[in-house]
Amino acid sequence: MTTPSTLESAGLHEVAVEIGGMPIVLRTGDAEFRALLEKRYAGFVRRPGAAAFGLDVDVVRPDRQICEEEDLEVWYDGGLWRLERGDFQAEWDPRVGQGRLAQGVSPYAIDSVLRIVHSLIQAQAGGFLLHGASAIRNGKAFLFSGVSGAGKTTISSLIPNDGVLLTDEISYVRRDGEAYRACGTPFAGELARLGENASAPIARLFFLAKGGENRIEPLETPDALRMLLRNILFFADDPELVKMVFRSACDFLARVPAFRLTFFPDARVWELIQ
Amino acid sequence: MNEGLMAETYIARSTAIAARVLGGEMMIMSAADSTFFTLNEVATVIWQAADGRTPLSEIVERRICEEFEITPDVAQHDAEEFVNELSQHGILLVSDQPILDSKAGTR
Repeated sequence: MTTPSTLESAGLHEVAVEIGGMPIVLRTGDAEFRALLEKRYAGFVRRPGAAAFGLDVDVVRPDRQICEEEDLEVWYDGGLWRLERGDFQAEWDPRVGQGRLAQGVSPYAIDSVLRIVHSLIQAQAGGFLLHGASAIRNGKAFLFSGVSGAGKTTISSLIPNDGVLLTDEISYVRRDGEAYRACGTPFAGELARLGENASAPIARLFFLAKGGENRIEPLETPDALRMLLRNILFFADDPELVKMVFRSACDFLARVPAFRLTFFPDARVWELIQ
Repeated sequence: MNEGLMAETYIARSTAIAARVLGGEMMIMSAADSTFFTLNEVATVIWQAADGRTPLSEIVERRICEEFEITPDVAQHDAEEFVNELSQHGILLVSDQPILDSKAGTR
């Protein structure tokens, strides 16, 4: 049994969710929501401390309409990023790394907000979030990107026992000096399995295609860049953000080789990945 | 053909773009609509020469025709097509006057 902290005694709960080595402290007055966060992000929850980023979450009653717009909208206005969808409304101040969020008790809204906020944080830091699976094997990380149906879930489900699944859906790419690291995320796809909270230097990027045989072909840089840009999570129609993402993608491809991986869906494909 | 290009044409690179030479090729992305372009060698020369002060005809004559051994008519036609396409995406700014501010073109 734990003793309630001073904050909890005052009715404020904190959960620090660390993804990509970036802890965001989620503050809420709702104990039920805190429990939901701890369960949803198990493996990525750490002790709240001097985290650089924070989000105050106002959990609203189910009968209260949060936002009229059903579709996601993200825009920059007066120094703040504003995020709206039918089930949440949020603002994020990139200068201080703090924001506010109003949402229902569902985990889907906070999941989306975390993806967006992390993509904004990484855009400034030279990294990005990518539609793609990723895994660590022999100390090296491999990214597997592609559109829906390309094989992200399949290749994830075929990882050998000595491999570590970082995600089957959203890969987290961090700039690390002159190299890049792939980090585990709790953003699961069809496999419905949270990634491991681990990271490793990225050795290769693969764009997936299913086929009758296993084959790896190097990609010309323009093709790789076009495919990479198509798969980077990109929420805002903002010129400065477009420039940052473009620079990040170019820098990444200057350091990480990209390939097309055509594969037959059985475990032998992993013999090629090294 | 765009009739506006019949007069002297000045072109300038927009600031609302991101560009990078990668793997020996010039790649450009419009920050306005995220359109992505890969330029060939000739287009890259035009792009790099688009300083807002040098007329397109001079770029074609001095850079394209001489460096790539293309006839003036063909080079001018190709250059105008290229300029039209990129200007439609706001990547190149086009004017019949020298362009001093690359944030604002006149057409």
